[in-house]
Amino acid sequence: MPLASVESRDLAHDEPQDYLWTLNFGPQHPATHTTLRLVLKLDGERVIDAMPDIGYLHSGFEKLGEHLNYNQYVTITDRMNYISPMTNNVAWHGAVEKLLGLKLTPRCQYIRIIISELSRISDHLLCNGAAGLDTGAFTYFLYAFYQREVLYDIFETLCGARFTNSYTRVGGLMYDMTPLVVEKIRAFCKNFPKTLHDMERLLDRNKIFVDRTKGVGVLTKAEAINRSCSGPVARASGVTRDLRKDDPHLPYSDFNFQVCCATAGDCYTRYLVRMQEMWESLKIVEQAIEKLPGGPVNVGIDQRTAFPDKRWVYSTIEGTISHFELQMSNRGFEVPHEEIYAAIEAPNGELGFYIVGDGTETAYRARCRPPSFIHFAVFPHLIRGHTLSDIVAVLGSLNIIAAELDR
Amino acid sequence: MSNDAASIDLLKNRIAGISTSEFRGQVRVVVPTEHLFASLEFLHGERVFDFLVDITCVDYLNYRGATDRFGLVYVLTNTVTNEQLMVRTFLNEPDLAVPSVTSLWEGANWMEREVWDMFGITFEGHPDHRRILLPEEFAAFPLRKDYPLQGRGERHNFPVLTRDSA
Repeated sequence: MPLASVESRDLAHDEPQDYLWTLNFGPQHPATHTTLRLVLKLDGERVIDAMPDIGYLHSGFEKLGEHLNYNQYVTITDRMNYISPMTNNVAWHGAVEKLLGLKLTPRCQYIRIIISELSRISDHLLCNGAAGLDTGAFTYFLYAFYQREVLYDIFETLCGARFTNSYTRVGGLMYDMTPLVVEKIRAFCKNFPKTLHDMERLLDRNKIFVDRTKGVGVLTKAEAINRSCSGPVARASGVTRDLRKDDPHLPYSDFNFQVCCATAGDCYTRYLVRMQEMWESLKIVEQAIEKLPGGPVNVGIDQRTAFPDKRWVYSTIEGTISHFELQMSNRGFEVPHEEIYAAIEAPNGELGFYIVGDGTETAYRARCRPPSFIHFAVFPHLIRGHTLSDIVAVLGSLNIIAAELDR
Repeated sequence: MSNDAASIDLLKNRIAGISTSEFRGQVRVVVPTEHLFASLEFLHGERVFDFLVDITCVDYLNYRGATDRFGLVYVLTNTVTNEQLMVRTFLNEPDLAVPSVTSLWEGANWMEREVWDMFGITFEGHPDHRRILLPEEFAAFPLRKDYPLQGRGERHNFPVLTRDSA
């Protein structure tokens, strides 16, 4: 069947046709590793229409945001996009600090940039690794996952948790970076390029991979903008928008890096853009670790927002009082009676929070603008007219995280 | 991100009853509900706010100083000049309907479905106006402030599906 005729018909609302198959694709049991379900309409092996069915997890992220205070909610943001939790932490507290009007210390800003970029590498490694795995490149996946383990080790040394980090706090961070972490990040910067070169050599010109991804799931620039796509998905279609350059809330202008763009907009280009973004992220981490400023990581007890250092708490009365005041449920810091939208460039795209403060220590409304949710809406458009086996390639290139879908 | 002062002035000239406010450099425009679609159409078509970042809703049930029940928020961005604008409108029961903007931005499709699912605001002219996260049988709107956190009792409303009936 020619593609044009498939595109022009309104298949979702057409008369039921006897020769079309309905196929439930993907695991939907909550115990399986992602609760992603697609209802497909197939003509032989060709996908006529796809209907994403979401809403199996019922995590209630936004409702929880109305009942947990600004520091507690960071543990919930870990679970939103569990592939890159550090970025979510930075996004959430970046939004809270914008609402409060807090200015972070230079060291804190640099550490936040380092952890955001490391988790961007970690996210892209998983996304590209899984895309390789889905299209048959198992060794590639193992290369990617080994490096993810190295990154987990860095995060574990940094904050004690490998997976759900909860590293940021209002006005600062949980702990400062120790010399051991700096050493581990330096070692990572030294060793990672070799793996990245190996990965590029394995897959970039692999005939099977290129044949399965090139020209599949094409998204044009106009469609990408019109359908609110962001991040690597939009940049692979020629949209140059990158919040690190266009609307940075951290000092990204201090670093020399490129925004990676392409024009083809197919699965292969999205893969290439992610590969290239890892190189750029690595460049930022290298520069940031060399230029890492000294000084405190938290804004200090005068501002009455960040938790004071434990040495202060145990040895001075001011520290004890301010720790106590922040910890008590009816005290805490006061936020303005206002609303704010703040977004950062997460690995998947624009991750924004719309926070309504009502003067108490709990947000009145904490809305999350998740990139995966928006990108999954594009999926039926991308897959129409392709075959059943192309579904994994397109899904992998969009990097759909089920926990972010079912909020 | 910079604000588009020219767009706001032009919008004010064109449509009556617009008020603006600013907080931390973000300009919010409050538009009367009957002029919402016209304002968004103008901003999309003539002021080239081509990127719809987000549509969300806030339930101001117990909010101090609030006069209206629901506030709809449209976050718009111009991808060329990087100007950002927030368009807001207020809604009250029982008149919870606004025109859909899916004809302007295709990306509004799932965002509007989510607002309908969570707050019960109808988008007239939406091509696929169904719940997105919750099942169709669900009667309540969970993100409204009068919905309890635990949602106890909801699961008993569903009929039990046995293997024979499935």
